[in-house]
Amino acid sequence: MSATASSDPATGTTLVKRGLAEMLKGGVIMDVVTAEQARIAEDAGAVSVMALERVPSDIRAHGGVSRMSDPEMVQRVQAAVSIPVMAKARIGHFAEAQILQALGIDYVDESEVLTPADEVHHIDKWAFTVPFVCGATNLGEALRRIGEGACMIRSKGEAGTGNIVEAVRHLRSIVGDMRRIAAAGDEAELFQWAKQLQAPLPLVQEVANTGWLPVPLFCAGGIATPADASLVMQLGAEAAFVGSGIFKSSDPPKMAAAIVEAVTHYRDPEILAKISAGLGEAMAGLETADLAVKLADRGW
Amino acid sequence: MKPRVGVLALQGGFAAHAAILESCGARVDEIRTAEQLALVDALVMPGGESTTMSMLLERSGLLAPLAERLDAQMAVLGTCAGMILLAREVVDGRADQHSLGLVDLTVRRNAYGTQLESFEADIAVEGFETPFHAVFIRAPAVERVGAGVEVLARHGDRPVLCRSGSATVAAFHPELSGDERLHARFLADLS
Repeated sequence: MSATASSDPATGTTLVKRGLAEMLKGGVIMDVVTAEQARIAEDAGAVSVMALERVPSDIRAHGGVSRMSDPEMVQRVQAAVSIPVMAKARIGHFAEAQILQALGIDYVDESEVLTPADEVHHIDKWAFTVPFVCGATNLGEALRRIGEGACMIRSKGEAGTGNIVEAVRHLRSIVGDMRRIAAAGDEAELFQWAKQLQAPLPLVQEVANTGWLPVPLFCAGGIATPADASLVMQLGAEAAFVGSGIFKSSDPPKMAAAIVEAVTHYRDPEILAKISAGLGEAMAGLETADLAVKLADRGW
Repeated sequence: MKPRVGVLALQGGFAAHAAILESCGARVDEIRTAEQLALVDALVMPGGESTTMSMLLERSGLLAPLAERLDAQMAVLGTCAGMILLAREVVDGRADQHSLGLVDLTVRRNAYGTQLESFEADIAVEGFETPFHAVFIRAPAVERVGAGVEVLARHGDRPVLCRSGSATVAAFHPELSGDERLHARFLADLS
């Protein structure tokens, strides 16, 4: 062997943070509120679980201020499963994120599902060793979050509704604008895109060169059936977050396993037909026009 | 003729492997079914969650056909979760996790800890003149190397790249650091 010995290892680098997101592709990340639910999720083939106090549909129903989960609950979930565990911090609440990092969480979700702590600033995510995922409704919002250090973007959809329409709107907007930027004629058009999207110019230029975000793009907010999962994957999502859709269905283990398979076989309607049969009731959905609060509007 | 290489695409980092293999001149197929597996000359098993992949191998009817192809000496490159699935013995796995048992290694899942312990480092690889930049994501560790398994690289004392017959397994992610040498060598060995 002519090469020299191993170098010192570097943790918390951008490559390492984005690398875990890369490994979650083609998978399902499931919201869980107890260790028991976490085990059901892992048994069904989840690639990761999101530990939180209440699923979004209950947050909607109960109201009040929604905060980071109790560390004790997070630790129970960590002890129950061997897959990565994520947890949510409020938008701008870097102290909650610091606590989640101290707990050894694998990914922090700076999430609009919780009540925002700062109406102007998001967390400086570069300052952390733990990687962050953030929601976005459009490409400008996605690139602003990446500029702040997010290593995974999820389209927001409208959490807790079981209604896929907002997720589709957000994914089509993000993917469509990336396609239009990749087709831009010259640099001057990219300057205009950066201005229009209120996004950092170097990131707009990167999208123009690669045709995609510099980080993986997942989908969240409203997925309730295997068909929903297939739809968002075909629209360009690289993995799916499922919140209320699993544990608000009539047979959570069955629905969870079916959505896992649907994300893998999203382009194969014959397999999807088999997977979708006999799952019982999906969660009861909400019409988005009737919502008092739109969670997707949180984030700046 | 270009070699036809499959990338197991049930879950995980398959897209990055496909991109690097194509850039090295291979024809790449994503593999999700037994019919697709039958068409390829070699296979890459990517990183991701080994528990999820194990379940999907079974539910997608791929477990038996894959074991048959591996028995018949199909060339395979397994990284991270792929290494775990190919190892004979897995520590800290799920009780129901399938093991293809092709490579006589004992591998511990998530041996380094949580994502906070994930890291990148240069390692020396047998046969490469300059160090290889390796990315370890919630990586497994090799705890025992059986007879007939060749260790091609170590990080510290731990073997991180091994070869046994038609199989090459890595605890790290050669598809993430932009270094094509391991994939190029895998393809060169096919001809």
